[in-house]
Amino acid sequence: MFVFLVRRLLQAVMVMLAVAFIAFLMFRFLGDPVNNIVSQDATQVEREEVRQRLRLDDPLVIQYGRFVANAASGDFGISYRNSRPVSALLAERFPATAELVLVAAILSLALGIPLGIYTALKPRGVLSQGLQILSLIGISLPTFVTGILLILVFSVWLGWLPSFGRGDVVDVGWWSTGFLTASGLKALILPSFMLCLFQLTLIMRLVRAEMLEVLRADYIKFAKARGLKNRAIHFRHALKNTLIPVVTIFGLQLGGLIAFAIITETVFQWPGMGALFIQAVNFTDVPVMAAYLVMVSLIFVIINTSVDLLYNVIDPRLRTDPTRATGKGA
Amino acid sequence: MALLEVENLKVEFPTRKGVLTAVDNVSFNVEQGEILGVVGESGAGKSMTGAAVIGLLEPPGRIGGGQIRLDGKRIDNLSPDEMRKVRGRHIGAIFQDPLTSLNPLFTVGEQLVETIRTHLPMSAAEARKRAIGWLAEVGIPAPDRRFDQYPHQFSGGMRQRVVIALALCAEPRLIIADEPTTALDVSVQAQIIALLKRVCRERNAAAILVTHDMGVIAETADRVAVMYAGRLAEIGPVAHVLQKPSHPYTAGLMGSIPRVGPRPERLIQIEGSMPRLTDIPTGCAFNPRCPKVFAECHRVRPELRPVADGAAACLLYEGVTP
Repeated sequence: MFVFLVRRLLQAVMVMLAVAFIAFLMFRFLGDPVNNIVSQDATQVEREEVRQRLRLDDPLVIQYGRFVANAASGDFGISYRNSRPVSALLAERFPATAELVLVAAILSLALGIPLGIYTALKPRGVLSQGLQILSLIGISLPTFVTGILLILVFSVWLGWLPSFGRGDVVDVGWWSTGFLTASGLKALILPSFMLCLFQLTLIMRLVRAEMLEVLRADYIKFAKARGLKNRAIHFRHALKNTLIPVVTIFGLQLGGLIAFAIITETVFQWPGMGALFIQAVNFTDVPVMAAYLVMVSLIFVIINTSVDLLYNVIDPRLRTDPTRATGKGA
Repeated sequence: MALLEVENLKVEFPTRKGVLTAVDNVSFNVEQGEILGVVGESGAGKSMTGAAVIGLLEPPGRIGGGQIRLDGKRIDNLSPDEMRKVRGRHIGAIFQDPLTSLNPLFTVGEQLVETIRTHLPMSAAEARKRAIGWLAEVGIPAPDRRFDQYPHQFSGGMRQRVVIALALCAEPRLIIADEPTTALDVSVQAQIIALLKRVCRERNAAAILVTHDMGVIAETADRVAVMYAGRLAEIGPVAHVLQKPSHPYTAGLMGSIPRVGPRPERLIQIEGSMPRLTDIPTGCAFNPRCPKVFAECHRVRPELRPVADGAAACLLYEGVTP
């Protein structure tokens, strides 16, 4: 287990270094940074002076090392547009995105798994068939369309929920949360629902398909032959086997949630990292783009590593370490 | 009174082209502590009969007629939940493939304890003790350590031992073993059969042993039932059926077992193959392949009649002259 953990962490570090390198190269691809700093009629001497002061004349490798070292300590430089430290901008925006993605992820699991089980256990029921059709719609409509439709129905026609923003937020330390106020919670409903809709339908259909497959397995037949209660067969024996692929897909899709958050945040004017990124792209704000890239990659890597560890907990066959495998439980 | 009485059992499959009869008018008894072997070709209805007895016919399959009685009490018309309580507690089952019969995500101990506590009022500690006892009983070394291991850490033969322990741990009086050794190495097969026989004898449990291995039948069963195209062709004591088969089909089956001898002889085979359920011929279902066929066989369907110690369904024994 320990060896596995170390190996996984080393892989994660390698991935992060590669991503940091790409982010770092972005500064170079988008022109000479000195040009962005000095005025247009600056002389060659002035340019060199700036270049030396900012140590942009160092070899590429040393600059990259400096970038990684700074990034590791959370320093991504100053935003070109806002003239504020990028880390401060991200810290300000991160809670909004994190809360949105968290709520969407919980919603997609909390609704997707039970609905998937239900449609698998009662495949011929009217409700199941209806859910199947709805899920087909959910999976094929582009999320921005559903978002705009949601705004039309619940904000414009019914006037129940706000169409933009986070509502009132409360600061808990540096984290600004929308969970603690009524308007903050109300503002979360539409965006998180829009964001989770695709995942929700995906998880529901995945759970249904897997569950139907597992219910045909020999060990389920044998569990029935042993006279176990239906509840134990469905929710203990079948569900646990169903969850292995669900964990994989969910891990991958959680990254997708963060990526899709860009669209949701744009539709709902949600003040999160995605909106910050869109803004940065519009103004070629390279430090912000680089920082966003590194941040999102970091989250991806953390999620994927966690998923790998979670497999070990769920599936005993994957516990390679013999001392671990003979041990009790996980 | 026999432990299990099956009377005129009929298993049907409704299809778009009409209702197929997979098991037709099958009657037999299983006495307390007796091992009944059921043999026949693939598709003869042997597994289907077992599935009907334990109430696990795969839909759309259904019992279309007849009665199944355990201890004189009908079990073919119980509600799903009542039947669930019979399964495991009164009738146990063992299936063909031990590699897939166990849930890979639970330790064998968890699966044993779960089964025991479903049927018997026991504390977790008592059930654990009993489960470890059962692992020892079926010949698993170091049972208290193996208790916490997962199925993938056991070999095929060991897994089938665990499956036997699981089928027997609530002390059912009847075991239905559906080809329990087919998926195993030949060297392990004999051990598993010996084990099954021993645990049944020790507990006076009866067993229905479904197989196509005549060797297994000869060694294990007290009586044997031969099935052909959904019907019983012959039933009787093992020694009698194996040595002096009454039905031409049984005789053909016996003839097709290769013998080890100094001079290799030509293997007798039964010409043709078993008819599909959709086109069973009129009269005796075996008539297209029967070496002793005569005119009446194409018209009259033979019923099971007492012959010697057993019974056979063949017009040769119905006083019809060829």
